[in-house]
Amino acid sequence: MTTKLMGQKVQRVEDQRFLRGQGRYVDDVGIAGGARLLHAAVLRSPHAHARILDIDVEAVLDLEGVHAVWTYDDLADLAAPMAEPLPLLIPHPALTHGRTQYALAKDEVNYAGEAIAFVVADDRYVAEDAIGRIRVSYETLPPVVGIDAAREARSLVHEDVPGNIGARLEQNVGDAPAAIKAAPHTLSLDLTVERSACTPLEGRGTVARWEPDLNRLQVWTSTQSSTGVRAAVAVKLGLDLGQVDVITPDVGGGFGVKINHPWPEELLVPLAARALGRPVKFTEDRREHFISSAHERGQVQHIEVGFDDDGRLLGLDVEFWHDHGAYTPYGLIVPIITSTQLLGPYKPHNYRVVFESLYTNTVMVTPYRGAGRPQGCYAMERTMDAIATYLGKDRADVRAVNFIQPDEFPFDQGLIFQDGRELEYDSGDYPASLEKIKALVGWDEFPAFQAEMAAQGRRVGIGLACYVEGTGVGPYEGAHVHIETSGKVKVATGLTTQGQGHATVFAQLVADELGVKFEDVEVVTGDTRRMPYAVGTFASRAAVMSGSAIHLAAKRAKEKALKIAADALEAAPEDLEIVDGVVSVKGSPGASIDLGTVSVLSNPLRYAFDEASKAATQFSVGDPGKPPVAEDDEPGLEGRDFYSPERATFASGMHAVIVETDPETAEIKILKYAVVHDCGHLINPMIVEGQIHGGVAQGVGGALYERMAYDESGQLLNASFMDFLMPYVTEVPDGIDIDHLETPSPLNPLGIKGAGEAGVIPSAAVFAAAIEDAERVDRPALAITAMPISPSELYTLRQEHP
Amino acid sequence: MKPAPFEYRRPGTIAEAVAALAGGTESKVLAGGQSLVPLLSMRLAAPALLVDINAIPGLDTIEVEGEDGGVRVGALARHAAVLASPDVRRVQPLVPMALANVAHATIRNRGTTVGSLVHADAAAEMPAVLALLGGSVEVAGPAGRRTISADELFVGPLESSLAHDEIALSAYFPALAPGAGVAFEEIARRHGDYALVGAAALVDGDSVRVGYLSVADVPTVVDLSGVPEAGLGDAALARLEPGDDIHATAEYRAQLVRVLTARVVRSAREHARQSREGRR
Repeated sequence: MTTKLMGQKVQRVEDQRFLRGQGRYVDDVGIAGGARLLHAAVLRSPHAHARILDIDVEAVLDLEGVHAVWTYDDLADLAAPMAEPLPLLIPHPALTHGRTQYALAKDEVNYAGEAIAFVVADDRYVAEDAIGRIRVSYETLPPVVGIDAAREARSLVHEDVPGNIGARLEQNVGDAPAAIKAAPHTLSLDLTVERSACTPLEGRGTVARWEPDLNRLQVWTSTQSSTGVRAAVAVKLGLDLGQVDVITPDVGGGFGVKINHPWPEELLVPLAARALGRPVKFTEDRREHFISSAHERGQVQHIEVGFDDDGRLLGLDVEFWHDHGAYTPYGLIVPIITSTQLLGPYKPHNYRVVFESLYTNTVMVTPYRGAGRPQGCYAMERTMDAIATYLGKDRADVRAVNFIQPDEFPFDQGLIFQDGRELEYDSGDYPASLEKIKALVGWDEFPAFQAEMAAQGRRVGIGLACYVEGTGVGPYEGAHVHIETSGKVKVATGLTTQGQGHATVFAQLVADELGVKFEDVEVVTGDTRRMPYAVGTFASRAAVMSGSAIHLAAKRAKEKALKIAADALEAAPEDLEIVDGVVSVKGSPGASIDLGTVSVLSNPLRYAFDEASKAATQFSVGDPGKPPVAEDDEPGLEGRDFYSPERATFASGMHAVIVETDPETAEIKILKYAVVHDCGHLINPMIVEGQIHGGVAQGVGGALYERMAYDESGQLLNASFMDFLMPYVTEVPDGIDIDHLETPSPLNPLGIKGAGEAGVIPSAAVFAAAIEDAERVDRPALAITAMPISPSELYTLRQEHP
Repeated sequence: MKPAPFEYRRPGTIAEAVAALAGGTESKVLAGGQSLVPLLSMRLAAPALLVDINAIPGLDTIEVEGEDGGVRVGALARHAAVLASPDVRRVQPLVPMALANVAHATIRNRGTTVGSLVHADAAAEMPAVLALLGGSVEVAGPAGRRTISADELFVGPLESSLAHDEIALSAYFPALAPGAGVAFEEIARRHGDYALVGAAALVDGDSVRVGYLSVADVPTVVDLSGVPEAGLGDAALARLEPGDDIHATAEYRAQLVRVLTARVVRSAREHARQSREGRR
């Protein structure tokens, strides 16, 4: 037998292409008849909140090279559903006041950057010239910026949404207020987390071509859900689903922002392609991405906790306010995740959580890698640190007494999760993780190191944070595995890929299950022509969902291959094995048939096209007494299957960081970063570690650098990579120590859990803890309650706690 | 992020370039383009005419002038070339000390030192260096050539005293006197970012002068001769007005002025001592 590829550090098949500049992104899509391709640009609101009194496009109409200029008033005639608001993708009973924007603003704009007019021209230069000539008269309205202003509600974002409250949701387990009242010790914390954003290096982009002869639409878009875009485009353009193909080429990063759909441009581009009879492209530029694509993270939290002398939680009462921006297309997913995943690996015994999801005149909020978990982890872990400090106990020990124990799984937290199902952890081993992270970072040795550094006038501190992440949420994913007559295997799954290495790991799974060579497997993702049933790539679900579906589909293809080969070899299927694409009788290697020939035989032919296919023609095969294709069978050597789990599977992990803070300049330097990660069985440890590296880098950005700097009027002051400080390689830890734990999930055939978001979840918590620890070395302790934190802010804190 | 329409000319001589600028239309000179092109793309600048001087021969020189002379850097000399020049390092080591902090390698490969000077960004390294060293810029215009000293060059935020029809041909950085010492240090949020505060020091005998970036509208030089070590930062702050922005408060910038002033003066003194001891 060949070695199983599951668990091997297989080199990524994608990288040759990506590293050599051969990636093919939406902007690279060369439509047939390239010169006919038209380019779109969008006029965006300069005001955070204003009534639109008039739009004058007169000056654009005679501009050479302009093919269309549309405002809201044009939409109904182009396609009636386009005049309706964009869909509210995930409704929830608590979202009593959900609002979504129009593809082009109708009467009012609610954030600086909201789309108002759409221009199609010969090239993007002319389109931008045209945008500059459109004159809009506004009546500005008072903007609501920030959670405090939203709560005060002196002004309203939407006139018909009282208090700016989109939703209020409360969940209870036991009686937290009573438990806290009765507890021997109590603490309260007030915390804030600022806004950041996914900022993929490739922004949004869409190309569409209408085929009048075929009455069909083809759309290429940079999305995390091609089937979602397909459904939305069909509905909004009044087409049948079968008339629309959506193809997702290489995607230069998603991190969540591309799961929201349809973006206005994803509808307007196909609409223009159909109306103008020419292919149309929209490529978002960086400034547009900052001011019109989604943000996340902004929350204000109030925590009350009661605990015993050991630091054991007796009651936890959390109230938080979530800034969801101007609209709620993605429902309450982010705050629901915060409110449920906040509990991490702990048993709170009594828990009450209530949140208000608030409107502000800023860019809308939809999930960003971690999707509300970083905020929840921050609330819980800062609470653990506060309890330890209060009791004078080791921070790791306080965590340990609260862990769910390995023999308590499955563990039902008693809450409803983001997928509408019970928050029931399937498996995990948190005490083992804690031992590993302590060893990896040198937790027990740290006090000596801290003292040694202090003697040199240096401040170092250590932080620890733990998390549990519900991954692989439903509803389902599917896969199609086709063994060609060449023996090569074509695999299609419907979710999209944004650089994760799906083509590698999915091929590993197929090679293992089918017994074919890894290099003979080719994987296609995100093409609705190849797999029209799919959900999308988010919530750390691709490996769990599509990986499981692909495994099951490969199994079906294998069963069929063995059945056909058994006939050909006159053996029983259970006596056969497949190695390197050849089916043979176990222990008798002479009797064999390659999978390509099995594929030929699987498809009874009337005509021979080549030497190989002769074997399947009507005078060569088959029992003349039976139909060539049996009643319960179908031609071709294919397997198709779907995976739809009862609920999410829960990965977990712990991060620790050692930082040094400069006593003079308050600069924050990372000395060591350690991660222990448990995502069940590893398909490819190298890829999992890559996910962790990327997540940690993004987490460093969120904790120490990135924020959306809105001024009081709702202008985003740092809408460029010059002022939005995404960390460079020079700012992320120089080496991340990683250790794995593999606690299999009982919920899927491979025992796997998701790994995509984990690296970013504990960052704010772990850095706040480490900086706080460093700052109490030789000066009065200060509490870090607002993240991210910059050196300037740390300096201010020092001044406030002299 | 596409520029508004503009006319583009690529003259082959300085005279042609000056003539191109003489028309009176709103024009911009393109050399390395590292500041100008983003401004054009964001339509924050929309000149009617772009005069690309990259085809003019002889503007990319880096030359030491005379026996005790300083170094003259041509308008097309890239930051990377100036940074790598052994002559520059020998004659005026402050120039490469500061250049190593200018953005990233890819930007230094195209950006020009002279371009950075006449862009007159008070947050940039090279204007502060030129001001501290008392250098100058030679320009050509319809009336011929003239030399503008550093203290006359920087007149306001992103504003130099070049007339709209003048082209900067070169910059002159005076040599470091024997026995004198220099140092440069800055603190930025990320590697290669514009500094929150930067400081360059020149110590020559009893003379102690420090040039600052990012603490005023123009690069600012403060004479700290005779100020006791412990009071350097506060003495400097008496002459500076650090401001607030989204990256730092004015108080924090003031703290960085104190820290960096002490550091660069100490380093420049050490540098001078090495010079006197013949170790440099």
